[in-house]
Amino acid sequence: MSAEIVRTAESSATTDATAKTVESVVVRFAGDSGDGMQLTGANFTDNTALYGNDLSTFPDFPAEIRAPAGSTFGVSAFQIYFGSEDITTSGDAIDVLVAMNPAALVTNLKEVVSGGLVIVDTGAFNEKNLNKAKYNSNPLLDGSLDAYRVLEVDIHNQVIAAVEEFNLGHKMALRCKNMWTLGLVLWLFDRDKQTTIENLQKKFAKKPDVANANIAALNAGHAYGETAELPSGIEVYSVPKAQAAPGKYRDIDGTTGIAWGLLAGGQLAGLNILFASYPITPASSLLHALAARKEFDVTTFQAEDEIAAVCAAIGASFAGSLGVTSSAGPGIALKTEAISLAVSAELPLVVVNTQRGGPSTGLPTKTEQSDLLQAVYGRHGDTPLPVMATSSPSDCFEVAIEAVRIATKYMTPVMLLSDGYIANASEPWLIPDLDQYEPFPVEFHENPEGFNPSLRDPKSLARVWAKPGTPGLEHRIGGIEKSYETGNISYDPENHQLMTDTRRDKVGGISKDIPAQTVALGNESGKLAVVGWGSTFGAIHQGVKRCRQQGLDVSHIHIRHIWPFPQNLKELLSGYDEIIVPEMNTGQLVKMLRSEFLIDAKGLNKVSGQPFKIEEIVNAIQAELAGQAE
Amino acid sequence: MNQAVDKLNVTDFSSDQEVRWCPGCGDYAILKTIQKLMPELDRPRESQVFVSGIGCSSRFPYYMNTYGFHTIHGRAPSVATGVKLANPDLDVWVITGDGDALSIGGNHTMHALRRNVDLNILLFNNEIYGLTKGQYSPTSKVGTRSPSTPEGSIDRPLSPCAIALGAGAPFVARSIDTEMKHLGAVIKESHAHEGASFVEILQNCPIYNDGIFEQVKNKKIAHDFKVEVTHGQPILFGKDNSKGIRLNRDTLSLEVVTVGEKVSLDEILVHDQTNLAQAQLLAAMQGHNFPVAVGVLYHKAKSTYVSDLGEQRITVRENRSDVSLLSLLHSGHTWEVK
Repeated sequence: MSAEIVRTAESSATTDATAKTVESVVVRFAGDSGDGMQLTGANFTDNTALYGNDLSTFPDFPAEIRAPAGSTFGVSAFQIYFGSEDITTSGDAIDVLVAMNPAALVTNLKEVVSGGLVIVDTGAFNEKNLNKAKYNSNPLLDGSLDAYRVLEVDIHNQVIAAVEEFNLGHKMALRCKNMWTLGLVLWLFDRDKQTTIENLQKKFAKKPDVANANIAALNAGHAYGETAELPSGIEVYSVPKAQAAPGKYRDIDGTTGIAWGLLAGGQLAGLNILFASYPITPASSLLHALAARKEFDVTTFQAEDEIAAVCAAIGASFAGSLGVTSSAGPGIALKTEAISLAVSAELPLVVVNTQRGGPSTGLPTKTEQSDLLQAVYGRHGDTPLPVMATSSPSDCFEVAIEAVRIATKYMTPVMLLSDGYIANASEPWLIPDLDQYEPFPVEFHENPEGFNPSLRDPKSLARVWAKPGTPGLEHRIGGIEKSYETGNISYDPENHQLMTDTRRDKVGGISKDIPAQTVALGNESGKLAVVGWGSTFGAIHQGVKRCRQQGLDVSHIHIRHIWPFPQNLKELLSGYDEIIVPEMNTGQLVKMLRSEFLIDAKGLNKVSGQPFKIEEIVNAIQAELAGQAE
Repeated sequence: MNQAVDKLNVTDFSSDQEVRWCPGCGDYAILKTIQKLMPELDRPRESQVFVSGIGCSSRFPYYMNTYGFHTIHGRAPSVATGVKLANPDLDVWVITGDGDALSIGGNHTMHALRRNVDLNILLFNNEIYGLTKGQYSPTSKVGTRSPSTPEGSIDRPLSPCAIALGAGAPFVARSIDTEMKHLGAVIKESHAHEGASFVEILQNCPIYNDGIFEQVKNKKIAHDFKVEVTHGQPILFGKDNSKGIRLNRDTLSLEVVTVGEKVSLDEILVHDQTNLAQAQLLAAMQGHNFPVAVGVLYHKAKSTYVSDLGEQRITVRENRSDVSLLSLLHSGHTWEVK
């Protein structure tokens, strides 16, 4: 395995006398959409987390639901990076590739490190599948895999034999291939099978035959590793447990983090939630997560379109619930007129944008950060609203709570930016103590004396929230400009200036109510700061960490509050000689930093639908500092 | 609470805002009818919410001293759905027009009706875009000359009531702006209906489409061009109820007949407001040979979206008694690091 990714530990205790100890490993399971690679990956992740490694995962699946079997565009993959040190990305290069067919091999091989382990199911390497993967000759025979260690197993035959006693039929029997493979990989990393067996029993509780067949396949794969004569260089690896802060942990993905954060935010505000959404990749899973939680004070509403979804959320906020809507970039574009209504009517609203590759339909299942300018500036009129970004699955819970706090305290829509990577990736999460979150109960206006709908809190500038059903507070609001004094329709020129200024100042003032910008890693001044936002956190963090270990003067700053920026951000950034801003877009945050602060920040941009690699960040830092030295 | 309700009268429902529709607009009569109706509904004023889109009719909420939300073009049914889901105790009204509800907002109108959200939708149909200065609308007759159709419109109009029935609305009615008694009675019935109700109100625009409903509004001739349908009554019209509507069972269509020697009263169609097929035939009656049907065309009880949602929630809560966030965060696989 490569020295770059799999650093052999110098003196770690091993659990098995024969196991070779490594610090971290990237494993990628790749197969047909129907091969069950996501389930395999999820089970391996559970096992890895329970074992005590730090980890990060990333599922990479095709946009097509059931692409033709064996095709390259139908390859579904699941990557996990786990190790004994802190893991914040899903890994740069693959150490172990499991390829269930030729298409899975051809689409993933280029990311495997030289000398990496490739496990292939020879049962799937027939002429038909080779043709579909556009192989002119069989890569298992023509020497094209010489740079790798290859473990060839006819998993087809192994599985058929392993589950024979269950009389499942050929097709159903073959569906156990993924568990056979998982068994082999569990053996490879010296893992206990028991928790995975329990998972399978739970998953197939209503179909004991299927559960038993899958368990038999898992056991057979594991036994194969133990007993078969494997080619030299293939042996058991042990990855020592990671050092982690004490406490109770669970695995969390970004979708679940936001869903639970919204529920927590609703409770802290003392509000019911109406979550109104329309299906769109990769945002739909948030709708599913909340639709399954009817025991909580959340109602989900699948609307007829994106516009209806945001409008229903706004209606709910008018009536005294917290309206939340969710989509990806194209859907957010459809919602923008209504979001502007919520700005004008000054009603709370949380809008979650799980960004994906654009423009238009773009790359629905791939990740990108290209909706930042849309979030901050993309509305008609002078229509400011606060924008926040979550940076990892374990960050989502807290950011969602903060979005609810700001939306309700300031009577404003809040845009919460996530992306396809964060939504689907998962990592261990130290379960927070809920008591640490200060409640922020909403106080609805109830006193009819002197009431009008334009009354404002002098400090926050937030308008009163007077909900229908309250006697004596009957009033009308809408999208037409309103009198600052009475809330009634006003076309007065001076009033429009005042109202526009008030909307700007209200949102701008939020900068006083958010934490000062801190440095995620490094010093508060120096030669170079790498400034990021969103899901680039992991790669920037590791890249900066490695460069600091090499003695380079570089720091990592990660911005959660995109609009308004924290009050001290300008001063903080001015303490560095150079600033680079890695983004999965053509340069959006960097544009904002340059225009807001008149600083010469440089972009580091990537729009391939894939997250940054640590190496790319390291290279950029080294190049920048080398340039400075000259 | 009811004592307070008893004391309310029409002026309690008038806001302090100056009404700004054009002189002679049919909207004035509709506003007056609804303000007069409000005290009769025996509901607290604070429980009434009027939600509108964009257009002349959508200014309506500003003139009601109730809760009101003037939203964006076409989206009132969606905003109203959110209001109702958030607080089912509110009476939620949607005030909309032919362009708002059937052109830009056609999708939302259709889905609010098929979901059966308990909304009272009042569509002011003047067959024209008034607020944008007179372009033809989706209900304008073929040949309507307007700034955007100087040679006359060439696309065919749709019938609001036929659309509502097609979308599965459980309550569909039609009335006329200046027929205050009829309009009040129809709206009162629509309010009493639990579930989505849809009332098309034929409304005159004196500026851009004046007289378009003259035949059904002019008392001297209306009896020949308008038929009031009442559940359980034969469908008769014309001077002295001399004409009637008969179902031709061979062609499955309606025909106008003269009641007398050749056609007995027994042959005249009796209005059954629970019969969807009949309602669709009545809603479609238009043009030279047929009178326009007004009254409750269709009314059938169905369970509402909000009540079905409530039942699902009750079932879920019976099975999952633990609603603490703490248990949710600790559910599934967890592990302890010491």
